[in-house]
Amino acid sequence: MEIKKTAVAGTLESSDCMVTIEPAKKGIELELESSVIRQYGRQIRKVALTTLRRLGVRNARVSIVDKGALDCTIKARVECAAMRAAEYEGRINWGGMIR
Amino acid sequence: MKNAVGREIPEEIIEITGKEPFQGNYYRDDKPIKLHGPTIRPVMNNQKSKLVANIREALEKCEAHDGMTVSFHHHFREGDLIVNMVMKEIHDMGLKDIRICASSLGKAHSALVPMIEDGTITNIESSGVRGGIGEAISKGKLKGLAIMRSHGGRVRSIATGESHIDIAFIGAPTADDYGNLRGIGGKADCGVLSYAIVDGNHADHCVAITDCLVPYPNFPAHISQTKVDYVCVVDEIGIPSKIATGAAKPTTDQRKLLMAQYCTDVVVNTPWFKDGFSYQTGVGGASIASTQYLADIMRERNIRMGFGVGGLTKAMCKLLEDGMADVMLDVQDFDLDAVRSLKNVNHHRIPAAVYANPLNKGAVVNKLDYVVLASLEVDVHFNCNVVVGSDGMITGAQGGHPDTAQGAKCAIVICPLLQGRIPAICTDVTTVTTPGESIDVVVTDYGVAVNPARQDILKALKEANCVPLKTIEELRDIAYSIVGEPDKVEFEDRIVGIIEARDGTIMDVVRQIKEI
Repeated sequence: MEIKKTAVAGTLESSDCMVTIEPAKKGIELELESSVIRQYGRQIRKVALTTLRRLGVRNARVSIVDKGALDCTIKARVECAAMRAAEYEGRINWGGMIR
Repeated sequence: MKNAVGREIPEEIIEITGKEPFQGNYYRDDKPIKLHGPTIRPVMNNQKSKLVANIREALEKCEAHDGMTVSFHHHFREGDLIVNMVMKEIHDMGLKDIRICASSLGKAHSALVPMIEDGTITNIESSGVRGGIGEAISKGKLKGLAIMRSHGGRVRSIATGESHIDIAFIGAPTADDYGNLRGIGGKADCGVLSYAIVDGNHADHCVAITDCLVPYPNFPAHISQTKVDYVCVVDEIGIPSKIATGAAKPTTDQRKLLMAQYCTDVVVNTPWFKDGFSYQTGVGGASIASTQYLADIMRERNIRMGFGVGGLTKAMCKLLEDGMADVMLDVQDFDLDAVRSLKNVNHHRIPAAVYANPLNKGAVVNKLDYVVLASLEVDVHFNCNVVVGSDGMITGAQGGHPDTAQGAKCAIVICPLLQGRIPAICTDVTTVTTPGESIDVVVTDYGVAVNPARQDILKALKEANCVPLKTIEELRDIAYSIVGEPDKVEFEDRIVGIIEARDGTIMDVVRQIKEI
């Protein structure tokens, strides 16, 4: 999935996160700010990177501002931001790249 | 060396502080101790005036010096102006290496942070700290150690001379020119002066600060003229709207109401709920709702409360007003209704010593049937943490938590399973403040866990079939299944504070937070 423009998903409400994805030349650059970074920073990064890999996003600058979101929320926000940024309009492969 | 709650207490800390590791709740029971008396300057000359023009004059007359200990009380809560006022003067005098011995410090005192950074303040003893001071300590800015002790523990520490106060500063809503102090009346009406009474009894020098000077004699005095060296009148000692902030609106949060219901179910189905029972509860939404549920059942079953105690709120005082409780014993007022209730002849002020000192001949907490408490974290050993946030930052206070939990026959902790993503029920609390042996029941929104040491309570609740019973491990597992198991917060090696047990032993240590 190719990132074509900057796109955002999510909010800064507590228990949510705001994900911003921008085009980048080479690889994934992930910046994380989180209210629970000391306890869950590692897991949030892992969920974000796994989700991007599954979506086939190889080059992107990703910024997450997390307010204590659960993994399922982080995953959904990353997916949504990526699809917006890629201007994805095809069929969604439920159970494949989105699961 | 590992203490009785399994926490590693480093040798160097035992050496520096001269304290022992925590050995269990009843380690110092019945062991003789020597109490400490202050060195005072008698006032025999009837020409002497105790009035001073300002704080500076009081400090000079009390021989303020580098390295001294000054004390404060926290009845004005987040509206307190005394601590900052006095410390600014001490700072302006260029004094260094000051030890603060406060009954508590809060967000109102963030002005002290630069004084911690420049070495004016090098040691802090308090129930806890919030806001800027907590952050400064956690980041290692305090040169010495911060000592967190419970309300009962503070009295014990001062009465035994472990904490020696050079100058006590007592903010008094009303005072006369000879130092009779009352907690009631004036502009900054806080109701009681319970936490400051031990300061009056044991400090070498005692300065009263008031914004409402009244004619002599200001009687009945809560702190007597016989304890006070100087009286200083200032414009303002507290911000009234921030003193009585505990008047929580009745909660509509379904999660809190559910926990309140479980809590009341636990109380009314355990053997101590009978005519004349005793009770203490807190100011949180769930605690207040649970007091209201409890009142309904008391009315229904015609059961009266013998006495209620603690930091008091409208919900508790209403029981007295409605004739459903015989007596209220008051160490602190969280709202104006509690302050007003003091007019009731059965609403009594008690000193913190009477409330909770573990090393006197028996405190009121020992007579408690139930206490309802909150906690930042509870672990599978039932240990509670009320001082250090799950992110490792100091952000709370012991208050009367360890005192009442140990004293009460049935200590109930209300704690939502999750606070955002943070699991409140966990494998090991960040820092132990109250040992698991004191905690009997944990109420969460996902079920109720009973300490296996309390088979009597477990049996009663099983028979009543009133709440969803879970083991504490089950609760932890539910929490982790939703949010994932948290990584251990990383700390530096340096110890910045100690959590003192009620009896003066070391419950746990707090380390400097790692910069990320």
